[in-house]
Amino acid sequence: MLKYLARRVSATVVVLVLVSMSVFGIFAVLPMDPAALTCGKACYPAVVEANRHRLGLDVSVPVQYGRFVKGLVAGRTYGEGAATIECPAPAFGYSFNRHECVTTLIADAFPVTLSLAIGAFILWITVGVGLGILAARKKNQWQDRVATAFVLVGTSLPSFISGILILLFVGLKFNLIDPLSLGRWISPLEDPVGWFRNFFLAWIVLALLYAATYTRFTRSNVIETSTEDYIRTARAKGLSEKVILQKHTLRAALAPITTMAGLDFAGLLGGAIITEQIFSLPGLGRLSIKAVLIDYDLPTILATTILAATFVVVANLLVDIAYAYLDPRVRVA
Amino acid sequence: MTTYKPFLEVKNLNVAFPTEDGLVKASSDISFTVARGETLAVVGESGSGKSVTSLAVMGLHNRKSAQISGQAFLNLDSGPVDVISADEEIVRKLRGKAMSMIFQDPMSALHPYYSIGNQLIEAWELYNEGSKEDGKKRAIEMLDLVGIPAASKRVDEYPHQFSGGMRQRVMIAMALINNPSLLIADEPTTALDVTVQSQILQLIRDMQKEFNMALILITHDLGVVAEVADRVNVMYAGKIVESGSADDIYYRPDHPYAIGLLNSIPRVDKLESQRLVAIPGQPPSLIHLPQGCSFRARCEFADRVPGNLCATTTPTLDQKGDGHFSRCHLPESELVKARVEIGGRK
Repeated sequence: MLKYLARRVSATVVVLVLVSMSVFGIFAVLPMDPAALTCGKACYPAVVEANRHRLGLDVSVPVQYGRFVKGLVAGRTYGEGAATIECPAPAFGYSFNRHECVTTLIADAFPVTLSLAIGAFILWITVGVGLGILAARKKNQWQDRVATAFVLVGTSLPSFISGILILLFVGLKFNLIDPLSLGRWISPLEDPVGWFRNFFLAWIVLALLYAATYTRFTRSNVIETSTEDYIRTARAKGLSEKVILQKHTLRAALAPITTMAGLDFAGLLGGAIITEQIFSLPGLGRLSIKAVLIDYDLPTILATTILAATFVVVANLLVDIAYAYLDPRVRVA
Repeated sequence: MTTYKPFLEVKNLNVAFPTEDGLVKASSDISFTVARGETLAVVGESGSGKSVTSLAVMGLHNRKSAQISGQAFLNLDSGPVDVISADEEIVRKLRGKAMSMIFQDPMSALHPYYSIGNQLIEAWELYNEGSKEDGKKRAIEMLDLVGIPAASKRVDEYPHQFSGGMRQRVMIAMALINNPSLLIADEPTTALDVTVQSQILQLIRDMQKEFNMALILITHDLGVVAEVADRVNVMYAGKIVESGSADDIYYRPDHPYAIGLLNSIPRVDKLESQRLVAIPGQPPSLIHLPQGCSFRARCEFADRVPGNLCATTTPTLDQKGDGHFSRCHLPESELVKARVEIGGRK
């Protein structure tokens, strides 16, 4: 098991290095001059060159990458003398448009995305897995048909439709959401009720999509597992239906769902672009979309991309470890 | 000599499954008995109703999807219980305790996520008071008994770390951990290597003696039957077509299907090279069973029965000798000829 762990962790580190290198490489060959983007329309070449030097863009790409990695570990200083800008570790770069270290931008946006992801995750796992199990147990009965209808609606309704509908016809109509606090980050530690009000409709919208998929997946997994020989064995032993379901069927049926859940959650941590946009949640998704569409803010895009990739790669590792714990057959492999 | 007291008495058992295409009559009008210490072999080809019948006895059919009628009494110390009509919860509490079952494919019959010990202890805990340690001790004892080497070490291992034969031993240990009075073994050696088959069979016989169990052995291996069975039920298209002692079936088979089955066994003592004799045709659909005898279409002797009886009347299971029954219209005189003809054919 330890050997397996060591192998997986080192593989993860390699993947992360490769991901960051390729993202960095892509941005280096983009037909956009990040230094030119730092100053407005009436711009003197001398200013551009000065900024190029300040941002460390006047050296070769491998050296830039080296400095980037060093910045991640040790922090980074841009410029000299009175105009220096300090970005403490882990420094992802400096956003010239926002006049802010990228790490600060991310640190502001991440709690929003994390709140959104956790709330939605809890909701969709509860509803999706719960409904899936119910549908499987009551196969071809009305409960199953309700679940099937839910799956159909959930998977076919895009979040930019369901989001707007829910926001307009539920949230604002019934005063469930405070339009003035939209777009503001309310910490759950300071104002739990405000935090909840700001997020819960977004949770529902985001969870709807995932819950439908999870319902379908759970239902088919539980039904399939119920026909396994070892479930018949459990019944032949004289175990009660409750124990058979909880100990024997669900253990095997839900193990693959852990994998799916881990990866989906990690994907969300990178930012839920559409949902954050609809509910004006200042999370990583909005940060990215703004950086891409409005600011051409390359350091921010670079950082959010690498961060999103990191979440997925790390989640992959955690999920594999969890799976080895759940399924003894994986442990020896 | 003590009187024959059966532990299991099955009377007129019918199992049918409604499907979109019609009612599948998987087994009909099944009656038989097994006593403790006795071995009943059930033979017949796939789909003849062997497993369906025993699953009905175990109460393992979903009562919503299967139509079951008839009776199956377990003669417990506390009195007889009809497992067909009894409350599901009562039948559940007989499973693993009064009756146990082992299955064809040991590779898939054990839960892959739980250790062998966990699965055995779980079975033990259902019917015994005691700590996990007591259960584990008992599990190791059982694994030892069924011939798992280093049982105290292997008890913590998982099914995938065992070979097929070893897994079937584990299944046997699990089935017997609560000392049942009836063991149903549903083709327990079919999925195993030939070399392992006889070991497992021997083990089942040893265990039967050890626990003084009634044993129902479902198989299509007639060699196995000859070796172990006291009584044999030959099944075809959901019905018992012949029933008798092992000697009756082997030396005095009465039903053309049983005769055909015996003839399809390859024999090493026949020196001249000989092709295997197959029974022509396919068994009938269990949804549209033909009128008259189910075996008629494949039977070589149907035309020797006077009055086209095979096509019009379903034969009944008639007594042919002491404890020997057969479901065939063929008169005794023709039967003797038939045995000679089929037996002597190259």
